[in-house]
Amino acid sequence: MPGDGRVDVTDAAAGLLRRLTGRHGPLMFHLSGGCCDGSSPMCYPEGEFRTGAADVHVGDLAVDGVREPIPVWTSAAQFTYWWHTHVTIDVVPGRGSGFSLEAPEGVRFLIRSRLLEGEE
Amino acid sequence: MATYAAPGRPGSVVSFWPRYDHFIGGEYVPPARGGYFENPTPITGETFTEIARGTAEDVDYAVHAAEGAAAAWGHRPPAERALLLNRIADRIEQNLEALAVAETWENGKPVRESLAADIPLAADHFRYFAGAIRAQEGMISQLDADTVAYHFHEPLGVVGQIIPWNFPILMAAWKLAPALAAGNTVVLKPAEQTPASIHVLIGLVADLLPPGVVNVVNGFGVEAGAPLARHDRVRKVAFTGETTTGRLIMQYASENIVPVTLELGGKSPNVFFADVAAARDAFYDKAQEGFAMFALNQGEVCTCPSRALIQSSIYNDFLDDGIARVEGIVQGHPLDTRTMIGAQASNDQLEKILSYIDIGRKEGAKILTGGERADLGGELSGGYYIRPTVFEGHNKMRIFQEEIFGPVVSVTRFDDYADAIKIANDTLYGLGAAVWSRDLNTAHRAGQEIQAGRVWTNCYHVYPAHAAFGGYKQSGMGRENHKMMLDHYQQTKNLLVSYSEHAQGLF
Repeated sequence: MPGDGRVDVTDAAAGLLRRLTGRHGPLMFHLSGGCCDGSSPMCYPEGEFRTGAADVHVGDLAVDGVREPIPVWTSAAQFTYWWHTHVTIDVVPGRGSGFSLEAPEGVRFLIRSRLLEGEE
Repeated sequence: MATYAAPGRPGSVVSFWPRYDHFIGGEYVPPARGGYFENPTPITGETFTEIARGTAEDVDYAVHAAEGAAAAWGHRPPAERALLLNRIADRIEQNLEALAVAETWENGKPVRESLAADIPLAADHFRYFAGAIRAQEGMISQLDADTVAYHFHEPLGVVGQIIPWNFPILMAAWKLAPALAAGNTVVLKPAEQTPASIHVLIGLVADLLPPGVVNVVNGFGVEAGAPLARHDRVRKVAFTGETTTGRLIMQYASENIVPVTLELGGKSPNVFFADVAAARDAFYDKAQEGFAMFALNQGEVCTCPSRALIQSSIYNDFLDDGIARVEGIVQGHPLDTRTMIGAQASNDQLEKILSYIDIGRKEGAKILTGGERADLGGELSGGYYIRPTVFEGHNKMRIFQEEIFGPVVSVTRFDDYADAIKIANDTLYGLGAAVWSRDLNTAHRAGQEIQAGRVWTNCYHVYPAHAAFGGYKQSGMGRENHKMMLDHYQQTKNLLVSYSEHAQGLF
């Protein structure tokens, strides 16, 4: 089952997600590819980005204080190249771009990765 | 050899205003909600100006201004539109140093690149489309003795353009020149990382532009870019960026039934066949430079040759020479004309590159040089610098498949021609590529078989206005540059005319 145990979130990113949920309602992530601000997690109000048959639901983020888990998606094509890695969504100071919700806060979500091991 | 003074300091060729509002309807207009955000230079990390934080209200006002100007601009004779573009080019050329220093301070790129490439190419782009629109002709078809189909090119109206941060002025020129030549009016949203240098250009040409023909709304993607992309009176959206935002823009465009052009990046293969090393001559030297081209603009180029494929029989020697070439890249103050690699455009970009260097290591790729942040000391310690990095690994690793957008090349070997093509095409993207060979049959065949919109052959990172640029596969849709770009900013009007006096005989 793709997604189980593949995604996680740092405390700093979870705190930001709590604030963004308070402001925008339920959220979603779609992990981007390509240039400029690609290869980055894009955070949208849930449903703003329409996922479809070309996407994979990679997992869900459980964030304390946020009622519903936050789904994490990526394109199925991109997933074929990082299925063997685990990603943690973190946040760093920055300008962001794309239409991701956190950019006006002066921060940017970022992916940190490690290899999946053994039973994972 | 010189080091330019930083903008605003004594002796500088350019200075920024302390604050930039939106440029709408030919004048500067404060943001409707009154917000501004700080704009740092990646060279030192220090803020040098503040920028209007645009919202949907500002976008709507700008679209309104662009609509008001559209009919008059679209009806101007092509010769007049061309004249305006030529005058813009002249102003750019006359202010080369000021624009180059502004662009470097904004983006972090070495001033020798902005002096030699970004700004001259921007000027040339306006000149190219000035020529192209004057030479463009409609078509006439004689359908029978009394019936003629006339095909006219008409502008679309108001177009929205979302500009990336890697070449803030040049990428604006790529989008503005064909759109204006074709008779459209523009609402342009610069990247929030690099929102200021375009205003230095606007300041130089504002007196040339009829009010409302070019409008610039600054702000964040989610607050200003998205309202522009989904605005129901914008007749076309052009975007350079990444795949998820590209898809979102297509979704918005589907709601309004408008066309989009998308340029979404790549993972471009740079393929070196064995005969490249048949002699240690000028061509070998050129190929070595081609290998090091991944560091151009700090690797922040959609067509960065971020995968180097080297034939096994020359692999070790060619790579050793290539690493020496990379280690000779001068990293330093971007305003020093000796500097070859400057600062990454933002802190988050720096962090992303470091995160990819980290996963590259974890996947077992070997760092042959670089692989770390560079602290250049003094005021540059606050800036965002990465050592040019060469990884050795295989094509299934994430650093071979995902765009890092930094000065990082992932190197692997291939055994024969078929192997080279297989690896080159094993990617989601298809924007750029290069083949290097002294055997033109090999080079030609490889250029045909690699699935990319641009295959440089025995060269790299050349961007003439008269060569089409754009992506295969997930690298996007539509083209930029070349006169064919006019088609992306025009619609066809067909007048089907009967010169017969007789009824058709149906009723």
